[in-house]
Amino acid sequence: MATKASRSAARLMMAPAVVLLLGWMLVPLTMTIYFSFKKYLPLRGGDLGWVGFDNYARFLSSSSFWPSVQATLLIVGGVLAITVVFGVLLAMLLDQPMWGQGVVRILVIAPFFVMPTVSALVWKNMFMDPVNGLFAHLWKAVGAEPIAWLTEASLPSIIMIVSWQWLPFATLILLTAIQSLDSEQLEAAEMDGAPPLKRFGYIILPHLGRAITVVVLIQTIFLLSIFAEIFVTTQGSFGTKTLTYLIFQRVLESQNVGLGSAGGVYAIILANIVAIFLMRIVGKNLDA
Amino acid sequence: MFLRNALRAATALTLVTAAAAQADTITIATVNNGDMIRMQGLTDNFTEATGHEVEWVTLEENVLRQRVTTDITTKGGQFDIMTIGMYETPIWAKNGWLVALDDLGEDYDVDDLLPAMRNGLSYDGTLYAAPFYGESSMIMYRTDLMEAAGLEMPEAPTWEFIRDAAVAMTDKDNEIYGICLRGKAGWGENMAFLTAMSNSFGARWFDENWQAQFDSDAWNETLTFYLDMMDKAGPPGASNNGFNENLSLFQQGKCGMWIDATVAASFVTNPDDSTVADKVGFALAPDTGKGKRGNWLWAWALAIPAGTDNEGAAKEFIEWATSKAYIELVASEEGWAYVPPGARVSLYENPNYKDIPFAEMTLKSIQSADPIEPTVDPVPYQGVQFVAIPEFAGFATEVGQEFSAALAGQQSADEALEKAQALTTDAMEAAGY
Amino acid sequence: MARSVTTRRKTINTALAWAIGLLIFFPILWTILTSFKTEGQAISDPPVFLFFDWTLENYAIVQERSNYARFLWNSIIIAGGSTLLGVIIAVPAAWSMAFVPSKRTKDILLWMLSTKMLPAVGVLYPIYLIFIRMGLLDTRVGLVIVLMLINLPIIVWMLYTYFREIPGEILEAARMDGATLKEEILYVLTPMAVPGIASTLLLNFILAWNEAFWTLNLTAAKAGPLTAFIASYSSPEGLFYAKLSAASTMAIAPILILGWFSQKQLVRGLTFGAVK
Repeated sequence: MATKASRSAARLMMAPAVVLLLGWMLVPLTMTIYFSFKKYLPLRGGDLGWVGFDNYARFLSSSSFWPSVQATLLIVGGVLAITVVFGVLLAMLLDQPMWGQGVVRILVIAPFFVMPTVSALVWKNMFMDPVNGLFAHLWKAVGAEPIAWLTEASLPSIIMIVSWQWLPFATLILLTAIQSLDSEQLEAAEMDGAPPLKRFGYIILPHLGRAITVVVLIQTIFLLSIFAEIFVTTQGSFGTKTLTYLIFQRVLESQNVGLGSAGGVYAIILANIVAIFLMRIVGKNLDA
Repeated sequence: MFLRNALRAATALTLVTAAAAQADTITIATVNNGDMIRMQGLTDNFTEATGHEVEWVTLEENVLRQRVTTDITTKGGQFDIMTIGMYETPIWAKNGWLVALDDLGEDYDVDDLLPAMRNGLSYDGTLYAAPFYGESSMIMYRTDLMEAAGLEMPEAPTWEFIRDAAVAMTDKDNEIYGICLRGKAGWGENMAFLTAMSNSFGARWFDENWQAQFDSDAWNETLTFYLDMMDKAGPPGASNNGFNENLSLFQQGKCGMWIDATVAASFVTNPDDSTVADKVGFALAPDTGKGKRGNWLWAWALAIPAGTDNEGAAKEFIEWATSKAYIELVASEEGWAYVPPGARVSLYENPNYKDIPFAEMTLKSIQSADPIEPTVDPVPYQGVQFVAIPEFAGFATEVGQEFSAALAGQQSADEALEKAQALTTDAMEAAGY
Repeated sequence: MARSVTTRRKTINTALAWAIGLLIFFPILWTILTSFKTEGQAISDPPVFLFFDWTLENYAIVQERSNYARFLWNSIIIAGGSTLLGVIIAVPAAWSMAFVPSKRTKDILLWMLSTKMLPAVGVLYPIYLIFIRMGLLDTRVGLVIVLMLINLPIIVWMLYTYFREIPGEILEAARMDGATLKEEILYVLTPMAVPGIASTLLLNFILAWNEAFWTLNLTAAKAGPLTAFIASYSSPEGLFYAKLSAASTMAIAPILILGWFSQKQLVRGLTFGAVK
């Protein structure tokens, strides 16, 4: 269908976006790689010369490195699992006939509008604080010992906060997908006497495959780089130091730009491993 | 107002003259502490007097530090005045990033600054940041709870006494915790407290050859004592408590004792915010009889980054905000209890200020801190609750996270110390020691 | 009616959905309520829900300390500007990907998305240095550019999925009638894509509004948006729950209201082509 002319026009139209993103990727990437081979300490006079792979070795051998990779993957995986499972359930519920559906939908999407800093501050202080938080009051009311959420269950707490922010996103995409499901097909299955679990497993879930893929892809992109939630709540204590946060500590707190840049390169590698993994699934699912 | 401007212009030198004649807009980065917010509220007085407008960038402490450090190291020039502390000042001044404050006006009376503050904010004998307020740390305690426990607080208690008193005052069913201490990780949070505390136990960060000392008995004793006391008499979730959290707890009447910054005294005795305002006593930070007390020394100070276009106006602002007249201004607007403390000798000689219950103890605490010889054994560094080298903020925060995890019960004192030793050694190697 | 439902089942659905909806919304509701309490009531045990002395003093204090209007205005300009600019750049790209697909189209799309995975902290120094060179520090223009680049991949992808839903036959019919490429885009495609573009604008406006790393680190006094505003309330001395709540409410209220009013468009925007 496409002519030669429209092909070159198409390339021209794509050019601004591609060139801009290429620049946005290459310029910082080149600088990061450049710094990563340098001993660069801003507070000790800046550029102190080339050091080869020293920064890479040091970053990798740090006792914080593997735990940070683990924390990153746990947070991403935990949030994905929670938002997808609860998103599917919530979407199926919201798809049912009910009174005030519009209002409920408004209530459910609201957390998506809250900026991460605010959400972390509110959860940390007003809910999870072990003395004045609402959870502490609740726990005391039923005679239980209040839990210091962010120390005793730091990783689950952060996963919970982030899941709260992203559940609306997952729910809405999944809801739209469910609504597009052919209701006659479902009804036919119901008439044939297929039990609800079978209907879910054989009709609904396969239909949602593509939507779930999209949720996983988009969320992973955002979750790999979460920062505000950790900066505000635990500052990386109690096993919540993600790779992003570790790099932040190296660059800004320790003022070691070379070391932090090497960490940045590792983070890019990790992101790419996750990306390739994702693209495999997504690519297949999106082609259909 | 014109007359005052003219007078200023006549007495001051070159730059200041030029600046006073024209109105500039200066940008000030500051931290969201009570005294700074008060200063922000009084900006109009400065603008009226000099014609200069002020733009404020008020940020939470961690964000502020990240923001100003990025700007100064890259010479970004976003701020005409930065609020920094005793830790940053000598390091930045050494790099030539700060404007020397050696030509402040005669009525500024630079000799009136408390010697401890002036020394801590100088590099090579030149002042590079003017103290807005200064602090040490001391014990704030509830007189009523102390009495109920049948004890009497000495003016200079030992750690043993503090521990026993804390246990005696604790009543967990009624949410009274004998002692509130910092547990939140950070070089300026739990490590400020623990480093100062370790000094009184005879510990040190480094020996004379810059070898980390977390494997020493003294550090082990410090951390064990701290963990044990917090376990017996501390509030729940203490490993997330920093200055602000503890202040809030104390104001709500949930702490028997609190060892923290002397500036907190004006907050805990303020009846508007504090439910225990009239039941607070003060004492010097504890010791173990080894000759050093567990109190720190800190100043929040105003400094001018080198290369700013508005150096003249910025200097005028610093002269205004850290002057005797500013103290008078706050006193007349809000009362003597709210003036920025710990910066000037004359404040403590002022008869109006002598009646303030915490004035004397604040001064004594400041005077008993020694940033030049902070520890029992000799060390190659300066700074009471910090080590004045650029890498400190980074590795001390990481050490703080290990200690915080120990306080949360996630690892033992030995494990925390072992990790602290390893990561400090590693960071020092990376820095080239 | 395709499905007949008993009243009983509908009642159960309604009750369950409302309960879950309110639970999810509760943290926001609690923040808003707390912003009208005094500091003492904000931490009272047992907590007070509605029966307290409503007060506006927290808002007065926050307003006195910070110039809310300026932060708000910066947020609007930065989020709005970056989104508009992004859409202008993305529409042609998405159009060509959707209608003149080549073998590499999908690779390009996925590559674009992958640029979002670079950790921002790692490149703070390089970007800061570039901004100094170009005089973009603490300017709204600088932030508009950065946020546009951050969100561009998402914008391209969202538009691409909409454009793909537009049936090709219509285009061919237009071409038969002798429409030029320009006319095709202006008169045929654009009207059909308006709902898609609207939802893309909305979603990216929200994402830009909530971006808190670059907006905080690249601004000082002039261009700081609401994310910088909130950074001065996060942990002040003494009791602060009520003031924090007031500041939080002020920071999220505009976007919450916008989101609610444009809910329908937004919901369309959130499909990302997840529906076939």
